[in-house]
Amino acid sequence: MTLAVFFGCTFIAFGPALGLFLFTIARDPLRIIILIAGAFFWLVSLLLSSLIWFIAVKASNPQDESLQKGLLIFGVMFSVLLQEAFRFLYYKLLRKAIEGLVALSEDGCSPISIQQMAYVAGVGFGLMSGAFSMINLLADALGPGTVGIHGDSQLYFLTSAFMTMVLIFLHTFWGILFFHGCEHRRWWEITAVVVMHLAVSGSTFCNPLYVGSLVPSYLLMATAAAWAYLLSGGSAQNLRRFLLCLRSGASPQPAS
Amino acid sequence: MVNHEQRTECWSWHKHLKRKDPFCAEISDFQRTAPMTELSAHLPQFQHGQLTENFPDNHLSNTNDNSERRRHDNSERRRNDNAESETNGQPQNNMQQVVEQDEEDEELTLKYGAKHVIMLFVPVTLCMVVVVATIKSVSFYTRKDGQLIYTPFTEETETVGQRALNSILNAAIMISVIIVMTILLVVLYKYRCYKVIHGWLIISSLLLLFFFSFIYLGEVFKTYNVAMDYITVALMIWNFGVVGMICIHWKGPLRLQQAYLIMISALMALVFIKYLPEWTAWLILAVISVYDLVAVLCPKGPLRMLVETAQERNETLFPALIYSSTMIWLVNMAEEDPEAQRKTSKNSTYDKQAPANQTQNEGAEADDGGFSQEWQQQRDNRIGPIESTPESRAAVQALPSNSQTSEDPEERGVKLGLGDFIFYSVLVGKASATASGDWNTTLACFVAILIGLCLTLLLLAIFKKALPALPISITFGLVFYFATDNLVQPFMDQLAFHQFYI
Repeated sequence: MTLAVFFGCTFIAFGPALGLFLFTIARDPLRIIILIAGAFFWLVSLLLSSLIWFIAVKASNPQDESLQKGLLIFGVMFSVLLQEAFRFLYYKLLRKAIEGLVALSEDGCSPISIQQMAYVAGVGFGLMSGAFSMINLLADALGPGTVGIHGDSQLYFLTSAFMTMVLIFLHTFWGILFFHGCEHRRWWEITAVVVMHLAVSGSTFCNPLYVGSLVPSYLLMATAAAWAYLLSGGSAQNLRRFLLCLRSGASPQPAS
Repeated sequence: MVNHEQRTECWSWHKHLKRKDPFCAEISDFQRTAPMTELSAHLPQFQHGQLTENFPDNHLSNTNDNSERRRHDNSERRRNDNAESETNGQPQNNMQQVVEQDEEDEELTLKYGAKHVIMLFVPVTLCMVVVVATIKSVSFYTRKDGQLIYTPFTEETETVGQRALNSILNAAIMISVIIVMTILLVVLYKYRCYKVIHGWLIISSLLLLFFFSFIYLGEVFKTYNVAMDYITVALMIWNFGVVGMICIHWKGPLRLQQAYLIMISALMALVFIKYLPEWTAWLILAVISVYDLVAVLCPKGPLRMLVETAQERNETLFPALIYSSTMIWLVNMAEEDPEAQRKTSKNSTYDKQAPANQTQNEGAEADDGGFSQEWQQQRDNRIGPIESTPESRAAVQALPSNSQTSEDPEERGVKLGLGDFIFYSVLVGKASATASGDWNTTLACFVAILIGLCLTLLLLAIFKKALPALPISITFGLVFYFATDNLVQPFMDQLAFHQFYI
């Protein structure tokens, strides 16, 4: 425990997100605002879903373990649906904002595009979701203790960190996919995002059998990443050019 | 040719607005007496100083003023006129250039608008971080060591009803003290007792900078078990305090002044967190935001009256109890200081494109900046909107209302009263100190306050007048505190227990 675990888990969970934030979001004030607003929307969705869960729990028998677990599962599913609903609401708000920004500028061009907003909104959702899942754990990891002393898994902190990281990435990609689906009226993209989210949350029900939750989540993340990359204008060609450091239009080096 | 006339950094969400609207509050700065006056019970007279000092604190204003906007509009109109006249006889690219320049201006303006929000996010965040870090590490500020004399009723009662009653009484006493202080301040200001007010301010900042920071330092040393002798401490506190007094009340580098303002806000917030019992604190926060709303927006509100009086007299209010995101170079009407008048092109530290030629005195004229807009407005009312060229400045200097704006458009910034800092930090600090949800609640309150601040700034852009910065943020903060602590925390607990992820 203590510092090593604390720093390790913090950087596993939040390192990539911090990198994303520092390199793509921190420079532009508008993006920071969109990020915080995205975090706020996620928070509101969590609030409402925990309200529903709380009411359900209070209305039920606290002694019945399986009922409580069932209610928790219901709470998780409901929360996922509510999160996606709030993502949609946030999309609507950002659309209005873009109209405002466009109206302000005289050439009809807003300083930020809906795709960039989608990305930032996704990061906002992800960061808040990750923070809420992870922060109390990290605070506990700072103090003394032995993990899994009562027979639970000893990898608790590590797997939590990895799960948090994958969720942050997933939220980012889902943001891009979702907004793209809303923009182009492709409802199947939106349902795919919702289904993916439900699948990822559902896979965590097998915890502490971590192979059942982490592996599918990472596979889904890779899929979502590729899909979002393609939707954002990427292609195998672009990727190859980027990796080989070719300038666009230049002929490939003989060695490649 | 990019005309660096003073562009108002403004943005507005109104679709029908054709030109950039100033992200400007009209003028009035000090909207209400900041409630953070209450210090410790031991120094009742101190409270007066605090109140005054806090008086200007709770307000939000934008230093961009009407005159700038008018000037900008003028120039824009001129530009548009030029474009129109040119289409007849001149090639299209001229118009294109003008349009492009306007686009550039629009975009830049927009960026500045969002920039100002960030300029306020950063200090608010820093203040909250300092407070939360202190609360989490130094146990002194969460230990119950009595209460202030302004909250005489104890909360250690047998019944819940009794506790509720006591906290309501405490909050009522505190609020009435604040109202009395505000009215006293307005009266003092109306009858021109400036010396009294200035004395108050000086005494209160002396107390904060020396006494409270001494206590803070002592507690930090105790927490980390650092051995320290009195001589070193005396030297440190002396330096800290004197430099603070100079920076805040006179001149100093912008960053240093901002840092000091953040530090004293954090110190005040810590005092409140320590000495206010729980229910009382929440009640006071709620009532203070209502009072803020009333005092700033009602026609007979004390803060509004104060601002209007100051406007009529064309003077600034009290120095340096407002956090300013940029330096404003304005000369006080009474001081015909030639070198002060040359204080232009101060580097806006936020904008690298600002001209690098600093003048030697990077004075924290934030105090003057408080009323720059009024002056501008008055001046413009009298002599019409003008461009800030050297000739016009010379002309203006000759006029009785001697105000001079900065040359650099990026220097216009937003101001936020220290009272707002203090109450935001009190909310987040209390959340981190007493919530069962701990970090989740703290984080939720933090995000809620930032969003409230963002909304307030948006309203500022739309309504263009001085607005209270507390109500929206504190409402969000309170809602999120109670909701997260009671609803979200059990849910997250259960999820973490089973390691489910949502």
